[in-house]
Amino acid sequence: MTAAALYALSGIALFGIGFHAVVVHAHRLRKVLAVNIMSSGVFLVLVALASRTPDAAPDPVPHAMVLTGVVVAVSATAVALSLVRRIYGEPGSDNRSENTRDTPP
Amino acid sequence: MSADAWVVWIVITPLLGALASFVIGGRVGPQIALVTAGGIVVSFVGLTRQLALHGPVRYAMGGWRAPLGIELYADGLSAVMLLMATIVGLGITLYSRGYFSGQHRDSAPIKTESAHAQEAFWPLWLFAWGALNALFLTGDIFNLYVTLELLTLCGVALIGLSRRRTASIAAFQYLLAALVGSLFYLLGVALIYSEYATLDCMSLSRIVEPTAASAWAMALMTLGLILKSALFPLHFWLPPAHGNAPAPVSSLLSALVVKASFYFTLRLWFTVFSNVSTPAAGSLLAVLGAAAVLYGSLQALRQRRLKMLVAYSTVAQVGYLFLGFALIGQPAIAAQAASGVVYYALSHASAKAAMFFAAGAVMRFAGHDHLDQLHGIGQHVPISIFAFGLAGMSLMGLPPSGGFVGKWLLLRAAIDAGQWWVVAVILTGGLLAAAYIFPLLNRSFAKAAEPFEKHPVPRVMEWMSLVLALVAVTLGLIATQPLELLEIGTPFSLPAGQEFAP
Repeated sequence: MTAAALYALSGIALFGIGFHAVVVHAHRLRKVLAVNIMSSGVFLVLVALASRTPDAAPDPVPHAMVLTGVVVAVSATAVALSLVRRIYGEPGSDNRSENTRDTPP
Repeated sequence: MSADAWVVWIVITPLLGALASFVIGGRVGPQIALVTAGGIVVSFVGLTRQLALHGPVRYAMGGWRAPLGIELYADGLSAVMLLMATIVGLGITLYSRGYFSGQHRDSAPIKTESAHAQEAFWPLWLFAWGALNALFLTGDIFNLYVTLELLTLCGVALIGLSRRRTASIAAFQYLLAALVGSLFYLLGVALIYSEYATLDCMSLSRIVEPTAASAWAMALMTLGLILKSALFPLHFWLPPAHGNAPAPVSSLLSALVVKASFYFTLRLWFTVFSNVSTPAAGSLLAVLGAAAVLYGSLQALRQRRLKMLVAYSTVAQVGYLFLGFALIGQPAIAAQAASGVVYYALSHASAKAAMFFAAGAVMRFAGHDHLDQLHGIGQHVPISIFAFGLAGMSLMGLPPSGGFVGKWLLLRAAIDAGQWWVVAVILTGGLLAAAYIFPLLNRSFAKAAEPFEKHPVPRVMEWMSLVLALVAVTLGLIATQPLELLEIGTPFSLPAGQEFAP
């Protein structure tokens, strides 16, 4: 097994572990982390596949895809965390008063 | 940039509008959105004309051709999807002027939507519109991932506008489901790229072989997309998200966003994976679609809140779109079935937007949307209730309506293919739609049991609902033109010398 294949398989394993966690865990913060592990898995697969031929220079296109994917993952995580904070109405967040005022019908 | 680069303008206009309304902000948001909508209509007309005169359009962004560059591609299918987004988008833009207007007047204080929500709405909505237009024009499987994510992030933020805890929870669930869907899709993209070293749909459709890796890629990408389309049993996130969002946002999500991932599933199966997809795989999607029609309709019958009813109706209607996959075995029939479902998507978009608009007007007037307490609502918001009925007609598939034409094309394809179970599902779904639409109409003309809160409803909210319902009906009368538009570039013919795998 080449090093690239090993990395790709590890990426798929990470994807699987993350997917399992996002389904199984109830805690929202854990779900956010799990999705991040899933995306790390996909990125690892992409990077590994970029250098499949050991002697040639790695293919830059998957690297560009990973960079774009990282930006998407960071933004999505930020949105997810701000939603989690709003749901739990953390002290120090400006939504606490909103939460107590607008109880669900 | 050449003068006829309409494909680019139709994407850039909403993005510029979004930036402008974000930077300038405040109370000019509605005006900026209106100008932007005008620009999109002009670009859409320009693009349609260009398509009619010269056939499908390929545009290499920045002069970089595929496979290195990211090309925009427009054919009849993209044009019909853009038509859908333009009609509903115009409706949402005008409706939202009324919907978010209450904050500035003393007469109608709105409890749930704050002034912040109305300022944040306009840039988010325009970004979502730009993402949709870009999605319908992308010819690159990775670019699709980017546009899908843009759309998701805007959608989540828009659901969260209403700041209630239930809405935040729904938005979070929607975000997670959408992200997981995108990651499955992206893993499929990685497999495709490792096998074929290109991301361009057209190039891929010529070189993809029916290997195990291609089949895995197809399965992963399709799974990710149907999760985003909320195909049964992956619909769990849709009803709370669509039912708890502000009314214009519910319309956006139900009418357009679920269609986006459906559109690309169709596109993938007819281009990239035309060699890989088998009738068995198509039948599996269709069986899920049939289950969605039945389950979604039955759930809609059980709902006690109007917006949740309309949301479950979307679960059912998404099922219809996937029924067509049962018929991909024979090329001639496949094209007809695909035209049918695309036409159904178009008319469902107008009808569903009209229904959520009507639900929003009811909610504004009565202060709630509990079906048991809506007796006599028809006297107060008559136009909205009438629009709800008209739109319902299209969902049931009664002639003359767009829904009828879509169902008719699909029905004929199913009969030609001898797939009688598809025929049965189509007809049963129509009856069930009638069953969940009539109770509201019955109640609205009954005698009022208890007095309503009676908040004034801006007139534009009632009228936009009627306009979109009329569009849904009119689509049944002028079906020829949209269907001719759809034929440009023959999106459902297979590349020369290819047939679906037996």
